[in-house]
Amino acid sequence: MRVQPALRLAGKDLVGIDPLSPGEIQLLLDTAEEMRAIAERPIKKVPALRGKTVVNLFMEASTRTRFSFEVAEKRLSADSLNFSASASSVSKGETLIDTARNLEAMQPDFIVLRHQYAGAPHQLARILKASVINAGDGAHEHPTQALLDALTIRIRRGTLAGQVVAIIGDLQHSRVVRSNVLLLSRMGATVRVAGPPSLIPIGMEELGCEVHRRIEDVLAGADVVMMLRIQLERQGRMNFPSVREYYDFFALTPERLKLAKKDCLVMHPGPINRGVEIDSRVADGPQSVILEQVTNGVAVRMAVLYLLAGGHGEPASD
Amino acid sequence: MHRVQVLDARGITRALERIAAELVEKVADEKLLYLVGVQTRGVPLARRLAQALAANTGAQPPVGALDISLYRDDVGPWRAAHQQPVLHATDLPHSIDGRVICLVDDVLYTGRTVRAALDTLMDYGRPQAIRLVVLVDRGHRELPIAADYVGRTVPTARDEDVQVRLRESDGEEGVWIAKEVV
Repeated sequence: MRVQPALRLAGKDLVGIDPLSPGEIQLLLDTAEEMRAIAERPIKKVPALRGKTVVNLFMEASTRTRFSFEVAEKRLSADSLNFSASASSVSKGETLIDTARNLEAMQPDFIVLRHQYAGAPHQLARILKASVINAGDGAHEHPTQALLDALTIRIRRGTLAGQVVAIIGDLQHSRVVRSNVLLLSRMGATVRVAGPPSLIPIGMEELGCEVHRRIEDVLAGADVVMMLRIQLERQGRMNFPSVREYYDFFALTPERLKLAKKDCLVMHPGPINRGVEIDSRVADGPQSVILEQVTNGVAVRMAVLYLLAGGHGEPASD
Repeated sequence: MHRVQVLDARGITRALERIAAELVEKVADEKLLYLVGVQTRGVPLARRLAQALAANTGAQPPVGALDISLYRDDVGPWRAAHQQPVLHATDLPHSIDGRVICLVDDVLYTGRTVRAALDTLMDYGRPQAIRLVVLVDRGHRELPIAADYVGRTVPTARDEDVQVRLRESDGEEGVWIAKEVV
């Protein structure tokens, strides 16, 4: 059965999937689905957020997510300010809270935050009047990624409920997997994860997924397979013997993909490491929806901005 | 809730037939006609008007749907209800360039919806002309906007509610003026 969409988002911020109800997730996905059409129009811009200011505060490298937010902001006619850690007073030792308070003194309506520490957006959300959107905090959550993944599945499959989704790779360092497990399980999908034992965090199953150690076990009968990027830059040392060995045991190859359902969707949050976690024949194959995920990312971020701009809390008495 | 009916199912049909006849009379080149319904109740009304035109001329004009939510002037902190309008699909099956667009809506009230609809249409192309068709004009305009074709003019008070119910969306058919009884 289809989840009834909520009338509005309850909070002023989007810090994660965890605080969202199934109805709020449905509202976000329904809104995003309509936002997709704006990209197909001769004039790819609507005036909904005219006069709103968005600060894109990216304290950690990101190209895809930052571009996607920027495109979403421009399509809604908001004014964007970009702030990257390397070219700012953060490199002079300013704390995150001081940076944010200084930015708030310029009256932005939204702050989109990417930060290397889990919980940074939650802290800003508590002290700032502006709406804070989490664009990835440490290894914690990446809510807009999970929403765009869900939108991609929903458009291809018509529903999330009952889908069997396999997520494979570096579960330890991935915020994408956490947000995805929370969202998909809340919407009635079955989530199975697999990765090398050294990259499975303790208590993973408590998020609401089955945990396996072999890629073959989670691929069998899957409707969707999501490959996670091996985040070589996040690991002090390699948690597996070699990239070659990782490929041999955990990469999605055309042979392994045959274990899943015939029309199984292949997804990846990007950027992909060809020949590490995914074989090029699969990444570029007919089942791959990796580029649709990018397109849907813009629509999802438009929906988040639009719905948060509507205000929050109890409706007025009319 | 006190409710007075001002149009029944037959009244709605006759109003649309009369508007169709007026359109045939006034629009020089019927082949340029293109009906665009404003989401949500303007869309079934536009479809019915297209059928009424087909009965008159033998040719059915194209029908599109327009969602104006993202062009409203009351999104954001001005909204009392703290709730964004729910988005619906905009579906214009043909280019609107050079066409005579008949914008179709159920009720004309403040005129703000029409202002938003005009801005929305302009982002899709350059029509030769835009005409406004409404089933009910209830007065109380806040913008300098007038309808070209009106099904029924109904004087109302601001605290009254005009309810248009169509069988396609509501399971009943008719127009009522409703007032909260204190």
